[in-house]
Amino acid sequence: MRKRYYGWLGGGLLLLLAVAATAVFIHRNQPPDELDTSTSKLSEAGLYQVAIIPAVDPVPINQMHSWTLEILTADGQPVEDAVIEVSGDMPQHRHGMPTRPQVTANLGQGRYLVEGLRFQMGGWWVMEFDISSPGRHDRVAFNLMLQR
Amino acid sequence: MSANHQSEGGRAGVGRRPVRLLALAALVIVAAAAIYSFWLPPTWSEQELTTLRGLWLESLPPLPADPSNQYADDPQAAAFGHQLFFDTRFSGNSQVACATCHLPALDFQDGRPLAQGMGQADMRTMPLMGVAYSPWLFWDGRKDSLWAQALGPLENPVEHGGSRVQFVHLLAEHYRLEYEAIFGPLPDISHLPPTGGPIDNLAAQTAWQSMSRADQQMVNQIFANMGKAIAAYERLLLPGPARFDAYLAAVLAGDERPAATIFNPDEVAGLRLFIGRGNCVDCHNGPLLTNNDFHNTGVPARPDLPVPLGRALGVHRLLADEFNCLGRYSDAASTDCGELRFISIGSHQMAYQFKPPSLRNVDERPPYMHAGQIATLAAVIEHYNQAPAAPLGHTEIEPLGLTEQEKAQLLAFLHTLTGPINADARWLAPPP
Repeated sequence: MRKRYYGWLGGGLLLLLAVAATAVFIHRNQPPDELDTSTSKLSEAGLYQVAIIPAVDPVPINQMHSWTLEILTADGQPVEDAVIEVSGDMPQHRHGMPTRPQVTANLGQGRYLVEGLRFQMGGWWVMEFDISSPGRHDRVAFNLMLQR
Repeated sequence: MSANHQSEGGRAGVGRRPVRLLALAALVIVAAAAIYSFWLPPTWSEQELTTLRGLWLESLPPLPADPSNQYADDPQAAAFGHQLFFDTRFSGNSQVACATCHLPALDFQDGRPLAQGMGQADMRTMPLMGVAYSPWLFWDGRKDSLWAQALGPLENPVEHGGSRVQFVHLLAEHYRLEYEAIFGPLPDISHLPPTGGPIDNLAAQTAWQSMSRADQQMVNQIFANMGKAIAAYERLLLPGPARFDAYLAAVLAGDERPAATIFNPDEVAGLRLFIGRGNCVDCHNGPLLTNNDFHNTGVPARPDLPVPLGRALGVHRLLADEFNCLGRYSDAASTDCGELRFISIGSHQMAYQFKPPSLRNVDERPPYMHAGQIATLAAVIEHYNQAPAAPLGHTEIEPLGLTEQEKAQLLAFLHTLTGPINADARWLAPPP
């Protein structure tokens, strides 16, 4: 009797685990219902106020273009000496960007030129910026929903 | 009697009532149809219309400049390139020209699973219409310009099977005037060996290594110029409007009814799948119906050939190529080489990735895929519907769950993408 009980319990637990794993997988691959596509936001730990200004609006597909990134401290002072890593990804696809965008110029007053952006398809993209300045390191991610 | 009369009268009333009812029903139907035709629900939403506009041939921007080739838009260079394209003397056996595999009558491809030059290649010949719009050339993108691409097959032992020193001698012998009119005087080449090049041929390689670096560079420059002339010609080969474009012209002008005479309901449904649930437009987007990027879609490998690495190798060959945009034979300033400056390298996702070809005229070009693995368009659709695991790396596609009817609709739509080649007729035949 007891053995059978454990069997049911084990089976139930496995099933629950499978359901949970599936839910996590589906959740990870679906854009949230209300995707935050704001182009100006506070970084994850709240250290920077960051804005993206694409040179082409709306952001095109299959076209190399640049963005300007504006980085301020949370209280609105320009961050003049940031080191920035750029990466992009499509959460619903098994690929990232066809290019490797980079910050190529410090334009002053907290503005930085990001060159080499190209998106090869419409849909949900996430652009992430890893920002370091003396004493501050933080990340910020922007969602883009590009027209197919 | 009266009861009888009444009942007769009643019967007569019943007899008339269905007529009235029928008449009323007919009126309602006609009125509904009239109202419906005035307030026809649109076939395409605003968002879908934006997507469709992006696929329209009229949305194709002007040819992008090629800063790496200062002769790209020189008509004289195009005419010279046209001659070179059809000249079989530029090969190891005097029998192979570019046009041997890129046949104008077949959309500049050969209809074979694998290209056939002096030997059999391990990839399918790609068509050329609109090729100048692509930042990357070859299935794996191992070249970043049309002129650099043209040089590859010339020295590939299974394609033209020649060598660059041999080609320089041939140019001096047969095309001195044409060459010099465009590129300036040919230097003295009388002291060069008859063949030679850094290629997969021991004799040619030994001869090449015996040459001075200055002579090698001189030969490379002439060889590059040859490619630049061929590229100037190939830039003129563009796709012409298909029935699809006529349909889009009508739809985008808001003419629902003319559009309905151009596309039947199956073709409309196929287009809806193409830009919707079929996910085709993810990679086959823009007016040329390709994003010119690289994708692993799990196409089965050929059992008779090693599994190719695709973009994973192509990207390294491109960076090592002396004829790339940043090389000494390119006319571009380094700032003009944006694609190369910001190229993505060393990603695990690149294994078995290949460039999606343009789908324009796709129904004229079986067999399909990078090595002609799939014989028919219907079988291609079945492949995307099932999305099998990739023979190498990871497939980027997922099963679509299309019904038999939907697959037939998608196929019907793909048949609407065929149009003429948009080029002067003289470019479609060998030079006189």
